[in-house]
Amino acid sequence: MSEEHLNTTLKSIKERFGLHDSDLMKYPPTLIVAPEKIIEVSQVLRDEFGFNFLCELTAVDYWPEEEPRFNVIYGFYSHANNVRMALRVPLNGDYPSLHTLEGVYRGANWHEREVWDMFGIKFEGHSDLRRILMSHDWEGHPLRKDYPLGYEEPQFTFNYDEIDKRKHHGRYEEA
Amino acid sequence: MTEPLEVNYQELKHLVSERALKGETVLLNMGPQHPSTHGVLRLLLELDGEVIVNCVPDIGFLHTGIEKNMEAKRWELAEVMTDRTDYLNTTGNNLAYCLAIERLADLDVPPRAQAVRVILVELERISNHLVWLGTHALDLAAMSMFLYCFRERESILDIKEICSGQRMMTTFFRPGGLWRDIPADFEIAIRRFLRMFPGRIKQYEALLTKNPLWMDRTRNIGKISADDAINMSLTGPVLRGSGVAYDVRKAQPYSGYEQYDFIIPTGTHGDVYDRYLVRMEEMRQSLRIIQQALDKLPYGPFRSNNRKYVPPPRAELGTSMEAVIHHFKLWTEGFKVPKGAVYVPVESPKGELGYYLESNGGNQPYRIHMRTPSFVHLQALPLMCKGHLVADLVGIIGSVDIVLGDCDR
Repeated sequence: MSEEHLNTTLKSIKERFGLHDSDLMKYPPTLIVAPEKIIEVSQVLRDEFGFNFLCELTAVDYWPEEEPRFNVIYGFYSHANNVRMALRVPLNGDYPSLHTLEGVYRGANWHEREVWDMFGIKFEGHSDLRRILMSHDWEGHPLRKDYPLGYEEPQFTFNYDEIDKRKHHGRYEEA
Repeated sequence: MTEPLEVNYQELKHLVSERALKGETVLLNMGPQHPSTHGVLRLLLELDGEVIVNCVPDIGFLHTGIEKNMEAKRWELAEVMTDRTDYLNTTGNNLAYCLAIERLADLDVPPRAQAVRVILVELERISNHLVWLGTHALDLAAMSMFLYCFRERESILDIKEICSGQRMMTTFFRPGGLWRDIPADFEIAIRRFLRMFPGRIKQYEALLTKNPLWMDRTRNIGKISADDAINMSLTGPVLRGSGVAYDVRKAQPYSGYEQYDFIIPTGTHGDVYDRYLVRMEEMRQSLRIIQQALDKLPYGPFRSNNRKYVPPPRAELGTSMEAVIHHFKLWTEGFKVPKGAVYVPVESPKGELGYYLESNGGNQPYRIHMRTPSFVHLQALPLMCKGHLVADLVGIIGSVDIVLGDCDR
C-alpha cells in the first residue's frame, strides 16, 4: 500500500508541477524542484499526500560550478503511509536565496539556520535567521567548498592546479 | 583580526516578549557551564518571577566541524569521526554511516555481521538510556540512581571492549560488515548481562516509578502534543511519549530488524513522566531483541566478500597476488564509492539519526550531513518549557535526552 501511495504521489506531483526525477539520489525517491515552487510543492505534499514530517534539510555546494552552485535537499516522511521522499532544489549564484519552509513545517527553523550558517543560503521570511553553530561574528560559511579546512594542502603534480585554485580564495565578502 | 562583535541586544530583541523590553520580566542566562544542561548548552530565559515566559537555546559551543573534516578524509577514515559526534551512541553512528555507504555501493552484509550489529546497537541503546536515566534522576535530586546506572553501564562497556578493544569509540562496524569476528567470550558476557539486567530495571522502577517525589517533579511537566511533536520533526522517545508509535526499526527495518519480535512502547500525555516510562520499557524491549538475535546468531563470514571495499583476510596475502593488489589499493587510496546520494535513517536511542551521504565517485565523501536527533529536539525545548518553573526546566532538558556533541557536531 505504501509503495502504491508513493508512486501515485510522485506521478501526480510530477504532472501537476512539471518536475523531473533526480538521478543522483539513490534513496529516497527524489524530485528536482525550482526554488520558487518549493513552498507550493511542500504544501501540497503535506496537505494532500500526508507527508507531515520534515526529516531532513541540508545543502550541498558544487563549487566551482556556478549553475547550479548549490543544491538544497528536503527529506519528507509520511507517518500515515510510511513512505519517504525528497526534494532537491538547485540554486545558482554565490549568494542565493530561497523562501523559508517554516510556515509549512515549524521544525525547519533550525535546519534553515544551519544551512544559512554553513552555506550562506538566505531564507527569505525566516523568523530568526542568525548563525546557529558558528559564533555570531564568524566570517564566511564553512561548509562551502571554497572555504579552506585550515591547513595548507600538499600539492602534487596530479592535483597542483586543483589545489592552487583553492588557495588564493581569501575570505570572501558577504554580498 | 577584527574585534569580536559584542552580542547586540537589538539582535535578540525579536526573541523575547514586549514585557522584557519594558523591564517587567527578567532575562536570565543559564549555562553554558551549568551542570544540568548536559553539556555546553546555553539558554536565555525570560522569567516572570519563577515562571518561564520564553526560552532561547543557544548552541554551537561544541561545534568541531566534523562534517567539514569528513569531507577531507577517505571513506574508511571518516568513519572514525562518526563515533565522536554522539559519544553515548557510538556504534549507532557507525551503523548509520556504514548502512549509507552500503546502500550507495550496493554492498552486501553477511547475516552474522547484521546480527552482531543489532546486538551491539541494542546494548548501546540500553547504555545510552542508563546514562540518560542516571543523569536525569540526578538532576531531579535522586543521587543514588546515578551510581546504579553507571555500575550497569560498565558491564556494557566491558562487552564493547572485548569486541573491539575500545570501551567507547569502537569503530567496530565497517562498510561491509565488522572489523573482526566477535571473540569467544562475547556470548557468555552477553548472557550474563541478560540474566542480570531485568532485575536491575525492576530495582530502578521500584525506586522511581511510584515515587511521589519523582511523580510530582515529572508528571504534567514539559508536555508536547503529538501534532506539535510531528510538526517540530521530533522523533524517538519524545515523539513516542506523545503517543505516536513511530520507530524506524519497525517502520523501515534495516540490518535485519524485521526478524525480531518487539513492541514500540508509547505514552499518552507527552510529558516528562511518559518519556521516562517509554525509555524504561524500551530497555526491556532491547533485551528481548538481544536475546532473540543471540539465540539465532548465524555462523559464517563477518565481512562481505567484495574485495573492492573490504580488505582480504591476512592468510590470503601469502598465496594470492590479487589479494596483495587489493590490500595495497585499499591501504593506499581506499575504496571508491559510486557517484550518488542517499539519505539513510536509523533509530538511535535519542530518535531518528539520518545520514545524508553524497559521493562524486571518489575515495572521499563529497558531502556528509548528519540529521542528529539532539539538534532537532532542542529546538522544541521552548515549546515544552513555557509556563513551567525554572526548576522544572532541568527535568525537561533531561527528558529530551540531548548530547551536545551530537547537537553541534
